[in-house]
Amino acid sequence: MVKLGVFIQRELRLLARQKADWLNPVLFFIIVLCLFPLGVGPEPNLLRLMAPGIVWIAALLSVLLAAERLFKDDYRNGVIEQLVAARQPLLSFVLAKLVTNWLSTGLPLVLLSPLVALLLNLETPAFVALLLTLLLGTPLLSLLSVLGAALTVSADKGGILLALLILPLYIPLLIFASAAMEAATMALPYHGQLAIMLAMLLFALALVPLAVLSALKLNVS
Amino acid sequence: MFKWLHPLAKPETVYHLCGRLYPWLMLLAVTLLLLGNIWGLAFTPPDYQQGDSYRIIHIHVPSAIMSMGTYSAMAIAAFIALVWQVKVAQWSVLAIAPIGAVYTAIALITGMAWGKPMWGTWWVWDARLTSELILLFLYLGVIALSGAFSDRQTGAKASSLLAVVGVINLPIIHFSVEWWNTLHQGASITKFAKPSIDPSMLWPLLISILAFKVLMLALLCLRLRTAILQHEQHRPWVKALAGAV
Repeated sequence: MVKLGVFIQRELRLLARQKADWLNPVLFFIIVLCLFPLGVGPEPNLLRLMAPGIVWIAALLSVLLAAERLFKDDYRNGVIEQLVAARQPLLSFVLAKLVTNWLSTGLPLVLLSPLVALLLNLETPAFVALLLTLLLGTPLLSLLSVLGAALTVSADKGGILLALLILPLYIPLLIFASAAMEAATMALPYHGQLAIMLAMLLFALALVPLAVLSALKLNVS
Repeated sequence: MFKWLHPLAKPETVYHLCGRLYPWLMLLAVTLLLLGNIWGLAFTPPDYQQGDSYRIIHIHVPSAIMSMGTYSAMAIAAFIALVWQVKVAQWSVLAIAPIGAVYTAIALITGMAWGKPMWGTWWVWDARLTSELILLFLYLGVIALSGAFSDRQTGAKASSLLAVVGVINLPIIHFSVEWWNTLHQGASITKFAKPSIDPSMLWPLLISILAFKVLMLALLCLRLRTAILQHEQHRPWVKALAGAV
Protein backbone atom coordinates (compact mmCIF):
# COMPACT_ATOMS: atom_id res chain seq x y z
CA MET A 1 0.00 0.00 0.00
CA VAL A 2 3.02 2.28 -0.45
CA LYS A 3 1.51 3.14 -3.83
CA LEU A 4 -1.64 4.43 -2.16
CA GLY A 5 0.38 7.05 -0.27
CA VAL A 6 2.09 8.13 -3.47
CA PHE A 7 -1.19 8.45 -5.31
CA ILE A 8 -2.82 10.40 -2.47
CA GLN A 9 0.15 12.77 -2.40
CA ARG A 10 -0.17 13.31 -6.13
CA GLU A 11 -3.91 13.99 -5.90
CA LEU A 12 -3.44 16.42 -3.01
CA ARG A 13 -0.73 18.25 -4.90
CA LEU A 14 -3.01 18.54 -7.92
CA LEU A 15 -5.82 19.86 -5.73
CA ALA A 16 -3.50 22.40 -4.14
CA ARG A 17 -2.58 23.67 -7.60
CA GLN A 18 -6.08 23.69 -9.03
CA LYS A 19 -7.97 25.34 -6.22
CA ALA A 20 -11.03 26.03 -8.36
CA ASP A 21 -11.71 22.28 -8.58
CA TRP A 22 -12.66 22.03 -4.93
CA LEU A 23 -13.42 25.65 -4.04
CA ASN A 24 -16.14 26.07 -6.66
CA PRO A 25 -18.34 23.18 -5.44
CA VAL A 26 -18.08 24.48 -1.88
CA LEU A 27 -19.04 28.00 -2.96
CA PHE A 28 -21.84 26.51 -5.03
CA PHE A 29 -23.12 24.66 -1.92
CA ILE A 30 -23.28 27.90 0.06
CA ILE A 31 -24.93 29.79 -2.80
CA VAL A 32 -27.64 27.13 -3.25
CA LEU A 33 -28.28 27.24 0.51
CA CYS A 34 -28.65 31.02 0.34
CA LEU A 35 -31.07 30.79 -2.58
CA PHE A 36 -33.65 28.79 -0.62
CA PRO A 37 -34.45 31.44 2.02
CA LEU A 38 -34.73 33.97 -0.81
CA GLY A 39 -36.95 31.65 -2.82
CA VAL A 40 -39.35 30.33 -0.19
CA GLY A 41 -39.24 33.32 2.15
CA PRO A 42 -37.16 33.94 5.28
CA GLU A 43 -39.71 32.50 7.77
CA PRO A 44 -37.49 30.77 10.45
CA ASN A 45 -39.96 27.96 11.20
CA LEU A 46 -40.43 27.16 7.53
CA LEU A 47 -36.67 27.06 7.02
CA ARG A 48 -36.21 24.80 10.01
CA LEU A 49 -38.78 22.39 8.55
CA MET A 50 -37.20 22.42 5.12
CA ALA A 51 -33.58 22.31 6.30
CA PRO A 52 -32.99 18.54 5.95
CA GLY A 53 -34.05 18.47 2.33
CA ILE A 54 -32.31 21.73 1.44
CA VAL A 55 -28.97 20.73 2.93
CA TRP A 56 -28.92 17.30 1.36
CA ILE A 57 -29.99 18.44 -2.09
CA ALA A 58 -27.39 21.21 -2.04
CA ALA A 59 -24.76 18.70 -0.91
CA LEU A 60 -25.64 16.33 -3.76
CA LEU A 61 -25.51 19.06 -6.38
CA SER A 62 -22.13 20.33 -5.22
CA VAL A 63 -20.67 16.82 -5.14
CA LEU A 64 -22.00 16.22 -8.66
CA LEU A 65 -20.36 19.45 -9.79
CA ALA A 66 -17.00 18.25 -8.49
CA ALA A 67 -17.44 14.72 -9.83
CA GLU A 68 -17.58 15.68 -13.46
CA ARG A 69 -13.92 16.69 -13.60
CA LEU A 70 -12.72 13.87 -11.37
CA PHE A 71 -11.18 11.60 -13.99
CA LYS A 72 -11.40 13.88 -17.04
CA ASP A 73 -7.87 15.33 -16.90
CA ASP A 74 -6.26 12.00 -16.07
CA TYR A 75 -8.15 10.46 -18.97
CA ARG A 76 -7.26 13.20 -21.47
CA ASN A 77 -3.55 13.29 -20.68
CA GLY A 78 -3.35 9.52 -20.70
CA VAL A 79 -2.53 8.83 -17.04
CA ILE A 80 -5.28 6.22 -16.71
CA GLU A 81 -4.26 4.53 -19.94
CA GLN A 82 -0.64 4.39 -18.81
CA LEU A 83 -1.63 2.94 -15.45
CA VAL A 84 -3.68 0.21 -17.12
CA ALA A 85 -1.00 -0.50 -19.71
CA ALA A 86 1.83 -0.56 -17.14
CA ARG A 87 -0.09 -3.02 -14.96
CA GLN A 88 0.15 -0.63 -12.05
CA PRO A 89 -2.23 -1.31 -9.17
CA LEU A 90 -5.19 0.66 -10.44
CA LEU A 91 -7.06 -0.05 -7.21
CA SER A 92 -4.66 2.18 -5.26
CA PHE A 93 -5.31 4.95 -7.77
CA VAL A 94 -9.07 4.52 -7.35
CA LEU A 95 -8.81 4.49 -3.55
CA ALA A 96 -6.62 7.62 -3.63
CA LYS A 97 -9.23 9.31 -5.83
CA LEU A 98 -11.95 8.34 -3.36
CA VAL A 99 -10.04 9.60 -0.33
CA THR A 100 -9.05 12.89 -1.90
CA ASN A 101 -12.50 13.39 -3.39
CA TRP A 102 -14.01 13.07 0.06
CA LEU A 103 -11.33 15.33 1.58
CA SER A 104 -11.95 18.00 -1.04
CA THR A 105 -15.76 17.89 -1.34
CA GLY A 106 -17.22 15.94 1.60
CA LEU A 107 -15.09 17.24 4.42
CA PRO A 108 -15.66 20.95 3.58
CA LEU A 109 -19.41 20.31 3.81
CA VAL A 110 -18.97 18.73 7.24
CA LEU A 111 -16.82 21.67 8.34
CA LEU A 112 -19.38 24.11 6.98
CA SER A 113 -22.27 22.51 8.85
CA PRO A 114 -22.14 25.01 11.79
CA LEU A 115 -22.59 27.80 9.25
CA VAL A 116 -25.48 25.89 7.65
CA ALA A 117 -27.10 25.48 11.06
CA LEU A 118 -26.81 29.24 11.58
CA LEU A 119 -28.23 30.08 8.17
CA LEU A 120 -31.22 27.75 8.52
CA ASN A 121 -32.02 28.42 12.20
CA LEU A 122 -31.28 24.85 13.30
CA GLU A 123 -31.32 24.07 17.00
CA THR A 124 -28.59 22.02 18.66
CA PRO A 125 -30.15 18.52 18.34
CA ALA A 126 -30.88 19.08 14.66
CA PHE A 127 -27.36 20.41 14.17
CA VAL A 128 -25.86 17.30 15.78
CA ALA A 129 -27.99 15.14 13.50
CA LEU A 130 -26.89 17.19 10.49
CA LEU A 131 -23.25 16.72 11.46
CA LEU A 132 -23.65 12.97 11.95
CA THR A 133 -25.59 12.40 8.73
CA LEU A 134 -23.07 14.47 6.77
CA LEU A 135 -20.19 12.49 8.30
CA LEU A 136 -21.82 9.20 7.28
CA GLY A 137 -23.41 10.35 4.06
CA THR A 138 -20.71 12.36 2.30
CA PRO A 139 -18.31 9.37 1.95
CA LEU A 140 -21.17 7.47 0.31
CA LEU A 141 -21.80 10.46 -1.95
CA SER A 142 -18.12 10.42 -2.91
CA LEU A 143 -18.25 6.70 -3.67
CA LEU A 144 -21.29 7.05 -5.92
CA SER A 145 -20.00 10.11 -7.73
CA VAL A 146 -16.61 8.50 -8.32
CA LEU A 147 -18.47 5.54 -9.84
CA GLY A 148 -20.52 7.84 -12.06
CA ALA A 149 -17.41 9.79 -13.12
CA ALA A 150 -15.57 6.57 -13.95
CA LEU A 151 -18.48 5.24 -16.03
CA THR A 152 -18.79 8.41 -18.10
CA VAL A 153 -15.12 9.36 -18.37
CA SER A 154 -14.89 8.76 -22.12
CA ALA A 155 -18.52 9.67 -22.86
CA ASP A 156 -19.18 12.58 -25.19
CA LYS A 157 -21.87 14.23 -23.08
CA GLY A 158 -20.72 13.53 -19.56
CA GLY A 159 -22.33 16.23 -17.42
CA ILE A 160 -26.07 15.62 -17.62
CA LEU A 161 -25.56 11.91 -18.00
CA LEU A 162 -23.63 11.77 -14.74
CA ALA A 163 -26.59 13.33 -12.92
CA LEU A 164 -29.01 10.86 -14.53
CA LEU A 165 -26.88 7.90 -13.44
CA ILE A 166 -26.14 9.00 -9.91
CA LEU A 167 -29.43 10.53 -8.79
CA PRO A 168 -31.43 7.27 -8.66
CA LEU A 169 -28.69 5.59 -6.62
CA TYR A 170 -28.53 8.55 -4.29
CA ILE A 171 -32.24 8.62 -3.41
CA PRO A 172 -32.12 6.00 -0.58
CA LEU A 173 -29.39 8.04 1.12
CA LEU A 174 -31.45 11.21 0.74
CA ILE A 175 -34.50 9.50 2.28
CA PHE A 176 -32.67 8.18 5.34
CA ALA A 177 -30.57 11.29 5.92
CA SER A 178 -33.55 13.63 5.90
CA ALA A 179 -35.57 11.15 7.98
CA ALA A 180 -32.81 11.20 10.61
CA MET A 181 -32.73 14.99 10.67
CA GLU A 182 -36.50 15.20 10.80
CA ALA A 183 -36.57 12.81 13.77
CA ALA A 184 -33.90 14.91 15.46
CA THR A 185 -35.90 18.13 15.08
CA MET A 186 -38.84 16.38 16.77
CA ALA A 187 -36.54 15.08 19.58
CA LEU A 188 -37.10 11.46 18.53
CA PRO A 189 -34.32 8.83 18.44
CA TYR A 190 -32.67 8.46 15.05
CA HIS A 191 -30.12 5.71 15.65
CA GLY A 192 -31.97 3.43 13.26
CA GLN A 193 -31.55 5.75 10.30
CA LEU A 194 -27.89 6.33 11.16
CA ALA A 195 -27.32 2.57 11.37
CA ILE A 196 -28.86 2.05 7.94
CA MET A 197 -26.72 4.85 6.52
CA LEU A 198 -23.62 3.24 8.02
CA ALA A 199 -24.66 -0.11 6.56
CA MET A 200 -25.11 1.45 3.12
CA LEU A 201 -21.71 3.14 3.43
CA LEU A 202 -19.91 -0.08 4.41
CA PHE A 203 -21.64 -2.05 1.66
CA ALA A 204 -20.72 0.55 -0.93
CA LEU A 205 -17.17 0.80 0.43
CA ALA A 206 -16.71 -2.92 -0.15
CA LEU A 207 -18.14 -3.09 -3.68
CA VAL A 208 -17.98 0.33 -5.36
CA PRO A 209 -14.15 0.45 -5.75
CA LEU A 210 -14.31 -2.78 -7.76
CA ALA A 211 -17.06 -1.37 -9.97
CA VAL A 212 -15.02 1.82 -10.46
CA LEU A 213 -12.03 -0.30 -11.41
CA SER A 214 -13.86 -2.17 -14.15
CA ALA A 215 -15.55 1.04 -15.33
CA LEU A 216 -12.14 2.69 -15.81
CA LYS A 217 -10.78 -0.37 -17.58
CA LEU A 218 -13.62 -0.57 -20.06
CA ASN A 219 -13.26 3.14 -20.81
CA VAL A 220 -9.63 2.85 -21.88
CA SER A 221 -9.74 -0.45 -23.71
CA MET B 1 -24.63 -27.34 -18.98
CA PHE B 2 -21.86 -25.23 -20.49
CA LYS B 3 -21.77 -27.55 -23.48
CA TRP B 4 -25.42 -26.80 -23.97
CA LEU B 5 -25.09 -23.06 -23.40
CA HIS B 6 -21.91 -22.53 -25.34
CA PRO B 7 -23.43 -22.25 -28.85
CA LEU B 8 -25.59 -19.44 -27.52
CA ALA B 9 -22.52 -17.20 -27.32
CA LYS B 10 -22.37 -17.21 -31.11
CA PRO B 11 -24.44 -14.35 -32.55
CA GLU B 12 -25.47 -16.28 -35.66
CA THR B 13 -26.99 -19.12 -33.63
CA VAL B 14 -28.87 -16.71 -31.41
CA TYR B 15 -30.14 -14.82 -34.45
CA HIS B 16 -31.67 -17.91 -35.96
CA LEU B 17 -32.98 -19.18 -32.61
CA CYS B 18 -34.72 -15.85 -31.97
CA GLY B 19 -36.11 -15.91 -35.49
CA ARG B 20 -37.63 -19.34 -34.91
CA LEU B 21 -39.00 -18.49 -31.47
CA TYR B 22 -40.40 -15.06 -32.29
CA PRO B 23 -43.59 -15.98 -34.23
CA TRP B 24 -44.63 -18.58 -31.65
CA LEU B 25 -43.93 -16.32 -28.70
CA MET B 26 -45.76 -13.42 -30.32
CA LEU B 27 -48.77 -15.60 -31.18
CA LEU B 28 -48.89 -16.93 -27.61
CA ALA B 29 -48.48 -13.42 -26.17
CA VAL B 30 -51.31 -11.95 -28.24
CA THR B 31 -53.63 -14.88 -27.46
CA LEU B 32 -52.95 -14.72 -23.74
CA LEU B 33 -53.18 -10.93 -23.72
CA LEU B 34 -56.56 -10.96 -25.45
CA LEU B 35 -57.82 -13.80 -23.24
CA GLY B 36 -56.60 -12.37 -19.95
CA ASN B 37 -57.54 -8.77 -20.62
CA ILE B 38 -60.98 -9.39 -22.15
CA TRP B 39 -61.83 -11.82 -19.37
CA GLY B 40 -60.44 -9.50 -16.73
CA LEU B 41 -61.84 -6.26 -18.10
CA ALA B 42 -65.28 -7.46 -19.18
CA PHE B 43 -66.30 -10.71 -17.51
CA THR B 44 -65.07 -10.61 -13.91
CA PRO B 45 -67.43 -9.52 -11.15
CA PRO B 46 -66.97 -5.94 -9.85
CA ASP B 47 -65.14 -5.48 -6.57
CA TYR B 48 -67.37 -4.99 -3.51
CA GLN B 49 -65.44 -1.90 -2.50
CA GLN B 50 -63.81 -0.48 -5.59
CA GLY B 51 -66.57 -1.26 -8.10
CA ASP B 52 -65.44 -1.45 -11.67
CA SER B 53 -62.34 0.69 -11.35
CA TYR B 54 -60.29 -2.14 -9.89
CA ARG B 55 -60.27 -3.77 -13.34
CA ILE B 56 -57.16 -1.79 -14.21
CA ILE B 57 -55.37 -4.33 -12.01
CA HIS B 58 -55.20 -6.61 -15.04
CA ILE B 59 -52.81 -4.16 -16.68
CA HIS B 60 -51.26 -2.47 -13.66
CA VAL B 61 -50.09 -5.52 -11.74
CA PRO B 62 -48.62 -7.46 -14.71
CA SER B 63 -46.69 -4.43 -15.92
CA ALA B 64 -45.47 -3.65 -12.40
CA ILE B 65 -44.31 -7.23 -11.89
CA MET B 66 -42.62 -7.21 -15.27
CA SER B 67 -40.96 -3.86 -14.64
CA MET B 68 -38.97 -5.57 -11.91
CA GLY B 69 -38.76 -8.94 -13.65
CA THR B 70 -37.38 -7.32 -16.78
CA TYR B 71 -34.81 -5.49 -14.69
CA SER B 72 -33.63 -8.74 -13.13
CA ALA B 73 -33.39 -10.32 -16.58
CA MET B 74 -31.39 -7.32 -17.75
CA ALA B 75 -29.11 -7.47 -14.71
CA ILE B 76 -28.47 -11.19 -15.21
CA ALA B 77 -27.61 -10.56 -18.86
CA ALA B 78 -25.37 -7.69 -17.76
CA PHE B 79 -23.62 -9.89 -15.22
CA ILE B 80 -22.99 -12.55 -17.88
CA ALA B 81 -21.75 -9.84 -20.23
CA LEU B 82 -19.28 -8.51 -17.65
CA VAL B 83 -18.00 -11.80 -16.28
CA TRP B 84 -17.74 -13.93 -19.41
CA GLN B 85 -17.52 -11.07 -21.93
CA VAL B 86 -20.31 -12.56 -24.02
CA LYS B 87 -21.20 -10.05 -26.71
CA VAL B 88 -24.74 -11.34 -27.24
CA ALA B 89 -25.38 -10.74 -23.53
CA GLN B 90 -24.20 -7.13 -23.87
CA TRP B 91 -26.53 -6.51 -26.77
CA SER B 92 -29.41 -8.13 -24.97
CA VAL B 93 -28.94 -5.68 -22.08
CA LEU B 94 -29.55 -2.85 -24.53
CA ALA B 95 -32.37 -4.81 -26.17
CA ILE B 96 -34.16 -5.38 -22.85
CA ALA B 97 -33.76 -1.89 -21.36
CA PRO B 98 -36.41 -0.05 -23.46
CA ILE B 99 -38.93 -2.89 -22.96
CA GLY B 100 -38.48 -2.61 -19.21
CA ALA B 101 -38.70 1.18 -19.34
CA VAL B 102 -42.03 0.97 -21.17
CA TYR B 103 -43.39 -1.58 -18.69
CA THR B 104 -42.35 0.69 -15.83
CA ALA B 105 -44.00 3.67 -17.49
CA ILE B 106 -47.21 1.64 -18.03
CA ALA B 107 -47.19 0.58 -14.38
CA LEU B 108 -46.74 4.19 -13.25
CA ILE B 109 -49.40 5.62 -15.57
CA THR B 110 -52.04 2.95 -14.83
CA GLY B 111 -51.18 3.29 -11.14
CA MET B 112 -51.82 7.02 -11.33
CA ALA B 113 -55.10 6.46 -13.14
CA TRP B 114 -56.10 3.96 -10.45
CA GLY B 115 -54.96 6.21 -7.64
CA LYS B 116 -57.14 9.12 -8.72
CA PRO B 117 -60.54 7.49 -8.00
CA MET B 118 -59.30 5.40 -5.05
CA TRP B 119 -56.96 7.69 -3.14
CA GLY B 120 -58.29 10.95 -4.57
CA THR B 121 -54.93 11.97 -5.97
CA TRP B 122 -52.83 11.22 -9.02
CA TRP B 123 -49.59 10.99 -7.16
CA VAL B 124 -48.39 10.59 -3.59
CA TRP B 125 -44.77 10.47 -2.50
CA ASP B 126 -45.25 7.03 -1.19
CA ALA B 127 -42.47 4.47 -0.89
CA ARG B 128 -43.62 2.17 -3.66
CA LEU B 129 -44.50 4.90 -6.13
CA THR B 130 -41.21 6.67 -5.51
CA SER B 131 -39.13 3.53 -5.84
CA GLU B 132 -40.91 2.58 -9.06
CA LEU B 133 -40.12 6.05 -10.38
CA ILE B 134 -36.47 5.50 -9.44
CA LEU B 135 -36.60 2.26 -11.40
CA LEU B 136 -37.75 4.21 -14.45
CA PHE B 137 -34.81 6.60 -14.00
CA LEU B 138 -32.45 3.62 -13.75
CA TYR B 139 -33.75 2.25 -17.04
CA LEU B 140 -33.40 5.68 -18.65
CA GLY B 141 -29.85 5.92 -17.27
CA VAL B 142 -28.93 2.56 -18.80
CA ILE B 143 -30.40 3.60 -22.16
CA ALA B 144 -28.76 7.04 -22.09
CA LEU B 145 -25.36 5.69 -21.07
CA SER B 146 -25.28 3.24 -23.97
CA GLY B 147 -25.75 6.08 -26.44
CA ALA B 148 -23.19 8.42 -24.91
CA PHE B 149 -20.03 6.86 -26.28
CA SER B 150 -18.63 7.16 -29.77
CA ASP B 151 -17.64 3.50 -29.47
CA ARG B 152 -20.77 1.35 -29.24
CA GLN B 153 -18.94 -1.51 -27.54
CA THR B 154 -17.81 0.72 -24.66
CA GLY B 155 -21.37 2.00 -24.30
CA ALA B 156 -22.76 -1.51 -24.07
CA LYS B 157 -20.21 -2.47 -21.42
CA ALA B 158 -20.80 0.68 -19.38
CA SER B 159 -24.55 0.08 -19.49
CA SER B 160 -24.05 -3.49 -18.29
CA LEU B 161 -22.02 -2.25 -15.35
CA LEU B 162 -24.68 0.31 -14.44
CA ALA B 163 -27.42 -2.33 -14.72
CA VAL B 164 -25.57 -4.56 -12.25
CA VAL B 165 -25.02 -1.68 -9.81
CA GLY B 166 -28.70 -0.72 -10.02
CA VAL B 167 -29.81 -4.17 -8.85
CA ILE B 168 -29.46 -2.76 -5.34
CA ASN B 169 -32.75 -1.00 -5.96
CA LEU B 170 -34.84 -4.11 -6.70
CA PRO B 171 -35.21 -5.39 -3.12
CA ILE B 172 -35.99 -1.84 -2.01
CA ILE B 173 -38.90 -1.66 -4.47
CA HIS B 174 -40.12 -5.15 -3.76
CA PHE B 175 -40.19 -4.80 0.01
CA SER B 176 -41.06 -1.12 0.17
CA VAL B 177 -44.71 -1.93 0.91
CA GLU B 178 -43.66 -4.10 3.84
CA TRP B 179 -40.89 -1.93 5.26
CA TRP B 180 -42.76 1.35 5.23
CA ASN B 181 -46.34 2.02 6.15
CA THR B 182 -47.63 3.40 2.93
CA LEU B 183 -50.79 4.12 1.04
CA HIS B 184 -50.06 1.45 -1.53
CA GLN B 185 -51.48 -1.92 -0.54
CA GLY B 186 -49.37 -5.01 0.04
CA ALA B 187 -49.05 -7.84 -2.44
CA SER B 188 -52.26 -9.76 -3.14
CA ILE B 189 -50.60 -12.75 -4.73
CA THR B 190 -47.69 -14.57 -3.15
CA LYS B 191 -46.16 -17.89 -3.93
CA PHE B 192 -46.47 -19.36 -0.48
CA ALA B 193 -49.61 -18.00 1.10
CA LYS B 194 -53.17 -18.35 -0.07
CA PRO B 195 -53.85 -15.34 -2.31
CA SER B 196 -56.03 -12.65 -0.78
CA ILE B 197 -57.90 -12.20 -4.03
CA ASP B 198 -60.97 -14.07 -5.23
CA PRO B 199 -60.31 -16.90 -7.75
CA SER B 200 -62.69 -15.30 -10.27
CA MET B 201 -60.36 -12.29 -10.39
CA LEU B 202 -57.15 -14.24 -9.83
CA TRP B 203 -57.25 -16.37 -12.97
CA PRO B 204 -57.50 -13.57 -15.54
CA LEU B 205 -54.82 -11.72 -13.58
CA LEU B 206 -52.46 -14.70 -13.71
CA ILE B 207 -53.11 -15.08 -17.43
CA SER B 208 -52.37 -11.40 -17.96
CA ILE B 209 -49.12 -11.69 -16.00
CA LEU B 210 -48.09 -14.65 -18.13
CA ALA B 211 -49.09 -12.72 -21.26
CA PHE B 212 -46.88 -9.77 -20.29
CA LYS B 213 -44.01 -12.16 -19.63
CA VAL B 214 -44.32 -13.89 -22.98
CA LEU B 215 -44.71 -10.52 -24.70
CA MET B 216 -41.45 -9.40 -23.12
CA LEU B 217 -39.68 -12.49 -24.45
CA ALA B 218 -41.18 -12.00 -27.92
CA LEU B 219 -40.13 -8.36 -28.04
CA LEU B 220 -36.70 -9.31 -26.75
CA CYS B 221 -36.30 -11.81 -29.60
CA LEU B 222 -37.27 -9.15 -32.11
CA ARG B 223 -35.00 -6.47 -30.67
CA LEU B 224 -32.07 -8.82 -30.13
CA ARG B 225 -32.26 -9.95 -33.77
CA THR B 226 -32.10 -6.35 -34.90
CA ALA B 227 -29.21 -5.61 -32.54
CA ILE B 228 -27.26 -8.64 -33.75
CA LEU B 229 -27.72 -7.60 -37.37
CA GLN B 230 -26.62 -4.05 -36.58
CA HIS B 231 -23.49 -5.10 -34.74
CA GLU B 232 -22.52 -7.91 -37.09
CA GLN B 233 -23.30 -6.14 -40.33
CA HIS B 234 -19.77 -6.57 -41.66
CA ARG B 235 -19.63 -10.29 -40.96
CA PRO B 236 -19.88 -12.71 -43.88
CA TRP B 237 -22.94 -14.52 -42.55
CA VAL B 238 -24.94 -11.30 -42.39
CA LYS B 239 -23.85 -10.38 -45.90
CA ALA B 240 -24.82 -13.83 -47.12
CA LEU B 241 -28.18 -13.41 -45.40
CA ALA B 242 -28.72 -10.00 -46.97
CA GLY B 243 -27.68 -11.34 -50.36
CA ALA B 244 -30.07 -14.27 -50.05
CA VAL B 245 -33.07 -12.06 -49.36
